[in-house]
Amino acid sequence: MKNTALVNKHIALGAKMVPFAGYNMPVQYEGVNAEHETVRNSVGVFDVSHMGEFVLRGPKALELIQKFASNDVSVIADGKAQYSCMPNGKGGIVDDLIIYRVNSEEFFIVVNASNIEKDWNWISSLNNLGVEMENLSDHYSLLAIQGPKAAEAMQSLTNVNLQNMVYYTFQYGTFAGIENVMISSTGYTGSGGFEIYVKNEDVNQVWDKVFEAGASFGIKPIGLAARDTLRLEMGFCLYGNDIDDTTSPIEAGLGWITKFTKEFTDAELLKKQKENGVSRKLVAFEMIDRGIPRHDYLIKNAGGETIGKVTSGTMSPSMKVGIGLGYVTVDNAALDSEIFIDIRDKGIKAKVVKLPFYKK
Amino acid sequence: MNIPANLKYTKDHEWVSLDGDIATVGITAFAQSELGDIVYVEIETEGETIEAEEVFGSVEAVKTVSDLFMPIAGEIIEFNTELESNPELVNSDPYGKGWMIKVKVEDTSKASELLDAAGYAALIG
Repeated sequence: MKNTALVNKHIALGAKMVPFAGYNMPVQYEGVNAEHETVRNSVGVFDVSHMGEFVLRGPKALELIQKFASNDVSVIADGKAQYSCMPNGKGGIVDDLIIYRVNSEEFFIVVNASNIEKDWNWISSLNNLGVEMENLSDHYSLLAIQGPKAAEAMQSLTNVNLQNMVYYTFQYGTFAGIENVMISSTGYTGSGGFEIYVKNEDVNQVWDKVFEAGASFGIKPIGLAARDTLRLEMGFCLYGNDIDDTTSPIEAGLGWITKFTKEFTDAELLKKQKENGVSRKLVAFEMIDRGIPRHDYLIKNAGGETIGKVTSGTMSPSMKVGIGLGYVTVDNAALDSEIFIDIRDKGIKAKVVKLPFYKK
Repeated sequence: MNIPANLKYTKDHEWVSLDGDIATVGITAFAQSELGDIVYVEIETEGETIEAEEVFGSVEAVKTVSDLFMPIAGEIIEFNTELESNPELVNSDPYGKGWMIKVKVEDTSKASELLDAAGYAALIG
């Protein structure tokens, strides 16, 4: 199992450490509900250094990305980021990812920790264009500084104007005394903030300065458990739960990042799905009766027939109600449809709702 | 870790306090700490007679759900209804306000089969 460069910080802070995607990661510090609230109301810091980072360079880098990515990366300018996914040639998803355009011949892409090797091999297999590929995953750390006070709390550490940064853009600047740090206004929480990419050898210094600068804002370290509840309240997909090699982006509600304005892996198949419809869809649901949905619980209709399965579920710390995502047959996928989550052999009533669950 | 000497314990991390033939049952400080923030305690077996080691309910934390096991056979005569609106009492006061059920025990001599505090401390290491 791998450690991030910050492992000793987590242990010193009393984090509960768990194996996740091959890494020894902090799942919680003081408790998931308190950490969740910190990010929703002020600012918190996640060590998400397990995430994978690749650089693609060369005159045909854009062409390669257009082949493997479902979204149309030609529409973004230098300094912009884009959410995308990689179809797997069979209508499923290799991974979801963020693509950063550094310039017309250099792109930085961020992938899920559990898929680093699979993604590398997949992109390599499509790279008959001579694009230079570099895997920086073992050399870079990633801090997600998230919450409504993130910009204000971190401003003293950098020459980049954080307040003015537009969502899904990035800049290079000095951060916490380190030059040329990539600061990205992205995140997986729905509460705003930044993701900071720094070299492993610099990250302990950056971590300490982030906590010093954020002290008067009540900054706290946040574990993976709260990362999951925060993302789920927004309805953001988690690879391995809500999307995987067997789910299509159209079924998963990722039609908005599947652009038929260009050629890409599975374009034809996915276009047919979009035109003709799919048999199941990923829906968001909220419990009407008391209960907490969990991954792999069955979803049934009023008649007790199985119509699908829960892919993510939790008690929402913000709303104090059970929420979840799951695939159901299309005739049960309309908003307000009444569905039943099979919890300990009882059908507990829920209804299909619109995302996000959490509204500021 | 707090393991009161006056209680009995199970390997499934329940504690038992016996007063005559009435047992009060909850989960240990270790169990609540392993589970994390508890958000739901579901016990729908009030009035039922349940064998030792059978499931009498479940406890849900934000991330996980765990079954609750009867430490000793008997009839569940009361459920701590305070937990319906304040399940976090199991975290903040596991041996006190976070108690879960009261059981009318069939055979109090069976209590000797439960772990004592030292035995439980050895179990959780």
